[in-house]
This record gives sequence, C-alpha cells and structure tokens, in this order.
Amino acid sequence: MRTIGLAAPPAYGSNMTDPSVDADAFDTNWLILFGVWLMACAATLGSLFFSEVMDFPPCSLCWYQRIFMYPMVLVLGAGLVPFDGKAIRYALPLAVGGWLTAFYHTLLYEGIIPESAAPCSQGVSCSEDYSELLGFLSIPLLSLLAFTAMVAALLVLYKRLDK
Amino acid sequence: MKKQTVLLLAAVAMLLLFAGGAWWYQNWQAEKASALARENSPTLVPDHAITLGPASARVTIVEFFDPACETCAVFHKHVHDLMAADPQRIRLVLRYAPFHQGSRAVVKILEAARRQDKYWETLELLFASQNHWASHHKAKAELVWPLLSQVGVDVERLRADTNDPALSALVRQDLLDAAKLGIRKTPGFLVNGKPLTSFGLPQLQQLVQSEIDARY
Repeated sequence: MRTIGLAAPPAYGSNMTDPSVDADAFDTNWLILFGVWLMACAATLGSLFFSEVMDFPPCSLCWYQRIFMYPMVLVLGAGLVPFDGKAIRYALPLAVGGWLTAFYHTLLYEGIIPESAAPCSQGVSCSEDYSELLGFLSIPLLSLLAFTAMVAALLVLYKRLDK
Repeated sequence: MKKQTVLLLAAVAMLLLFAGGAWWYQNWQAEKASALARENSPTLVPDHAITLGPASARVTIVEFFDPACETCAVFHKHVHDLMAADPQRIRLVLRYAPFHQGSRAVVKILEAARRQDKYWETLELLFASQNHWASHHKAKAELVWPLLSQVGVDVERLRADTNDPALSALVRQDLLDAAKLGIRKTPGFLVNGKPLTSFGLPQLQQLVQSEIDARY
C-alpha cells in the first residue's frame, strides 16, 4: 500500500519496511548513501594501498582513523540493499569520530599542535612527512577531507529523510 | 539494473583498480630499483665488506641485513644452502642495514669479533639467540655480551674494539649505501648488481640460478 493522501509520511528509515516502495528505484537518497559508501571504499582501499603496496607504515593516529573508516564500508553497504535510512544512525558516529581524529592529526601534522603532545611513543611519528609523494595533499589532510565530505553527506541525507 | 548489481560492479571495479594500481606501482618500483643499482654498482662491494666463498666466483650475492631482523636469520640459512649447492660459483658479500633500534651496537660487536677471526661463529650465535636479545623489535646489545664467551672471543679486547670510530664509520657507510640503493627493508638482496625486486625464497633462487646460467 502506498503512503499517499492522509496517510502519515513515512517515518525516517521506514521505507525499508514498506514493501510497496520500488526496491529498484535509484532515488536521490539512495544515490547520496551510495556516494558516501564509495568514499568509504576509496578511503579504505587508498589507505591499504599506502601501507600494503607503498610500504608506508601507518602511525597510531592513522590506525584510529582506520578503525572509524573501515566499518563504514560494511555498515553503509548493508544500508544500500535494500535502502535503509537507519544506516545513517550507525555510520554517523563513526564518521564524526573519524573526523575528530583526522582533525587532530592534521593540526599535529601541520605543526599547529606541538609534536610533544602526540600520543605516538613508538613506531612511526604521526607527523612524519610523506607529502612529497602527493604534492600539497598530505595523508592526514586527505583523511580529513574524506571524513568531512562523508559527515556532510550523511547529515544532508538525515535532513532529507527526516522531512 | 538492480541495486545489488550496481553495488557489486562498483566493488569489483574498485578492487580491480586497486590490484591494477598495485601491479603498476610494483613494476615501477622494480624498474627504479634496477636503475638505482646500476647507478650505484661501484658502491656495492666496498673493501670493508666481509665476503664468503671464492673470489673467483662469477655470481656475487650482496645481502644487506640487520642482525636483529628475524627474516634475515631465516634467510641466512637459505643463502647458506644456496651456496652449499654450488660452492665454486657463488660468493656472498654481507652489508649492514641495522634498521632496528639498538642494532648498530650489535653490528659493532660482530665487526669487532671479525678482528679476532670469529665473525661467522658470532653471526651464527647472534641469529641462534636472536629471540633472547632482540625481542619486540628492539636490539639489546647488553644481552649479547654474556653470550660471547661461547664462541671463544676475547671479550675484553672485543669491548675495546667496539669503541673504534672506524666501526661507526663502516656502519654509517653501509647505511648510506643502503639508502642510495633504495633498500628500506631487510634482508635486501642484489645478485650481480640486480636487485631482488619481489621478495621471497623462490624468487631469490631463481635470480641466483639465472645469473649462474648467464655466467657459466
């Protein structure tokens, strides 16, 4: 039964349970979530390329950002087939946590926070410079940009579904 | 097209991109390593480096190693087996790449033992007791000292020799050459100046065999 006329508008996330909604429709909401999933996949594979193929050892802050990023591939992927707006509820805390870590890491990397405040006591320094391989884009900045775009897109989607 | 199909295709496309990128990057790195080795071939076998096997051998394995590296301990045995299979044609040149914390002091002990003609015995001892003195990626030279009497070196003389600045200079030179050759991991092998670009025992065996075939 389609929710039309006097019926209440679908509560956020409810269209997953409504069998009348066309499961194959590529609406804007689905595409936004798909875009965020693509970003999570790109960031995951990109970070693995740096560590496994290019042999850049990940510092401890990089590992925290990975902890936030990698699950989003699965959480968002599960929310895409069939579309489930609730996936935002699970993905957003991860994205925000990752964003905060990436923001801190970028400040550290750019020298705005002194290195002595860094939590890395062993292994690789979190402000070790690999930027010569990427031009102006450092790895922490890349991470911050990805998390920013993901948080923004998830918030936009949240608003759209909340209406 | 179904959403599942789109998702699956996107995932496959990204994985292919990853694999293709990895393949391209490794080829590019291998080419770069070969070029670096060609440019720096005169620095490969310096006078100070210790060698094993006949000087007349036409196949020279240069190995950059770290006494604290576990894979180096494993490959030390493999290289010995390789050489034992063809003792007249293969020569080994050992160079140092002490990347582990504290490793340089252990390299100096090894070089000081060389002055007492106990180099290979000491190296065997170091690799055999590696678990004891090099745990958690940190080499502890102070744990090596009590073991040295086993190989019959004069420990007092050895201690004095480790303070020789010439040993520090030797380690520095090897590290410098390793950097020039782009060696970032140990063990790093070059056979007749050709770097082992894909790491592994079969690859090393193959590289050595191809050089034996080419030179004999």
